[in-house]
Amino acid sequence: MTTPASVSATGLVKTFGGLRAVDGIDLEVGQGEIFGVLGPNGAGKTTMLKMLATLLPIDSGQARVFGVDVAREPHRVRQLVGVTGQYASVDEDLTATENLWLFGRLQGLRSADARSTAVGLLTQFGLEEAANKRLSEFSGGMRRRLDLAASLITRPPLIFLDEPTTGLDPRTRGQMWDTIRGLVADGCTILLTTQYLDEADQLADRIAVIDHGRKVAEGTSDELKTSVGNSTLQIELAPDAEQTVARQVVWRVVGREPVLTPESGRMNVPLETADAAADVLIGLRQAGVAITAVSVAKPTLDEVFLTLTGHDTGDADQPDETIRNDEALLEVR
Amino acid sequence: MSTVTARSPLQGIRVPTPAVDPATAVARARPHVSLSETVSQTLSMAWRALKKMRRNPEQFFDVTLQPLLFTAMFAYIFGGAITHIAGEAGVKSYLPLLIPGIVAQTVLTTCMSTGAQLREDMEKGVFDRFKALPIARIAPLAGPMIADLMRYVIAAGLTFVTGFVIGYRPGGGVLGVLGAIVLAIFTGWSLAWIFTFIGTIARNARSVQGISMLILFPLTFLSNAFVPVGTLPAALADFVKVNPVSHLVSASRDLANQGMITSEVGWTVLAGLAVIVIFAPLSVYSYKRHI
Repeated sequence: MTTPASVSATGLVKTFGGLRAVDGIDLEVGQGEIFGVLGPNGAGKTTMLKMLATLLPIDSGQARVFGVDVAREPHRVRQLVGVTGQYASVDEDLTATENLWLFGRLQGLRSADARSTAVGLLTQFGLEEAANKRLSEFSGGMRRRLDLAASLITRPPLIFLDEPTTGLDPRTRGQMWDTIRGLVADGCTILLTTQYLDEADQLADRIAVIDHGRKVAEGTSDELKTSVGNSTLQIELAPDAEQTVARQVVWRVVGREPVLTPESGRMNVPLETADAAADVLIGLRQAGVAITAVSVAKPTLDEVFLTLTGHDTGDADQPDETIRNDEALLEVR
Repeated sequence: MSTVTARSPLQGIRVPTPAVDPATAVARARPHVSLSETVSQTLSMAWRALKKMRRNPEQFFDVTLQPLLFTAMFAYIFGGAITHIAGEAGVKSYLPLLIPGIVAQTVLTTCMSTGAQLREDMEKGVFDRFKALPIARIAPLAGPMIADLMRYVIAAGLTFVTGFVIGYRPGGGVLGVLGAIVLAIFTGWSLAWIFTFIGTIARNARSVQGISMLILFPLTFLSNAFVPVGTLPAALADFVKVNPVSHLVSASRDLANQGMITSEVGWTVLAGLAVIVIFAPLSVYSYKRHI
C-alpha cells in the first residue's frame, strides 16, 4: 500500500454570499514536507485552511487528510491535525499551564499526563517562567508559541499554521521558523499560509500562490522566482515618453512583456540577470524614450503577483512596498 | 530533557520526542466520540468555566445581590400594598406567597445570563480551538451550564435565607425548602437551554441580552409568582396557567410551605424535560452550523 498524501484536495470551493472565497483549488501535500500557501489578505488562504481543518463546511470538491475524507469523517480528521490560527486560540483567563492541561484533558489525557505534557511543552517552548501567568500578561510572541504548543499536545502528524509569524518581530520570527523546522525533523507535515515571500522562501519545500480564491502558480521557491525573473528593473518614464515604444524596446531586448502602469508611467521589467538592465536602458536611450528614475530590485511578493496575476497584491502590505520602492528610486535620481 | 532546558530560546526550540508516525495516528483515530468521553470533556469544560468565574467574581453579583435586593424590595413594596387591604397581618402573610416566586425569578434571571456569556465566549479565539479539537460538540455548551449550577444554588439558597431573615417561616420544614430549591435549580438549568440556543443564533452578546429580556419578562411576570391568578383578566390567566414558571412557583409553594409533593412538581419536571429535549439538540445543531 502506498502512503497517502498528507493533504489531497480537488476542486475545493467555498462561497460566502455571492463571493467565491475559494474557487476550485487543488492541493497535494506530501508527507514530511513544509508546504507554503502564499497570497495577499483576502486571497482565500485562511478559508481554505479552515475547510481542510473541518472548521468550515466544504461547499464543493473533496479533501482528504492522510486518506481520511474531511467532510465524511471530521472527527477522525480532527485527531490527525493540529491547528494554529491567525489569532491566538488560547484562553485569556487561564494560565499557560492551565490552558495546556485543559486541552490535554479534552483530548483524553489523564490529569497527571496532561500536567506533565504541559510542563514538557512549556519547557521546550521556553515558556517555563511564564507557566503560571495569565495570558493577558503574555507578549505576542509568547502567545504564538503557546498557541503552537497547544496544537502539539497529542503530537498530530499534520499541522496547519495560519500566518504563524504575522505581527512578530524579526527575532521571534526566526525562533518560530526554527521551531517549525524542528517539527518537520520529527516527522510532522506542515501546511502554512503566509503573506511573506521570504517566509515561504526560508521554510517551504513547495509553494502554492493563491489569489482571488484560485491557485495561480505552484512550485519550489526557485521555480517561482525564475518565473518572475531574478531581479526587476523599475523604470519611471518621463511624462511625455512614448509608452508603447518603451514596451516594444523591452520586448525586443529581454523578450519579456513589462508590467506597465500607464497613469504613473512606471514600468517593471523582470530580468534573468541584473546585467540585462543596462541593455534595456541603452535600448530606451537609442529609441529616444526619456526616463526620470531607475532602480534594480530583487523580486518581491508584489512582483510575483504582478507577473502571475497581472495585478497588485492590493492589501495592507502595499503602502510599505511603495515606500520601499520610492526609496530605491531616490538612490538613482 | 536536560539538553533542551540548556538551550537558549534564541537557538530555537526543538521537540526532542520520538518521530511522529502518520500511519499509526490514522489507525488510532476513532470515528466518533463515546459517551464517557463526552461526559469527561463536558466536565473539563465545566472546570474551565468555574476557573473563569473564580477569576471574575463580578459574575456573582447578580446571583448574590438580586436575591437580597428583590426579596426585600418586593416584600415591602408589593407586600405592603397587598396587605394594606388584607389588614394588619402585614408583610409576613405575603411572604409564603412571595418567596417561592422570587426564587423562580432569580433562577430565571440567572439562566438568562448563560446565553449572553456563551455568546461572548464564543467570539473569543479559544473557541476556534475547541471547534478544531476532536471533542463532542455539546461539551463547550454543556460545560458552562454545569458550572452555572453553582450560581443557581447561590441564587435559590440566598433568596430563602433573606426571606427567613425578614420573617418567613416555611411550613414545609428543611426538607420542603430543600425540595423547592432542587426543583428551582432543575427548572432553571433546563430553561437555560433556551438561552443557550439564543446564544448560538444571535449576532452578538448584546442582542442575546435583548432577546433574553423579551422572553424573561413575560415568563416571570405573567405567572403566579407575585400576584394571585384570580386577580388577572381571563386571557392573561389562561397564559399564566400554562406558563412553566407558574407550575414551578406552585410546586415550590406546596413544597416549602406545606412540605407536599403535588402534581405541580410533575408538570414542572415535564416542562423542564421538554425544554431540554427540544433546545439541547437545537443548540448543538446551531453551534455546529456557526463553525
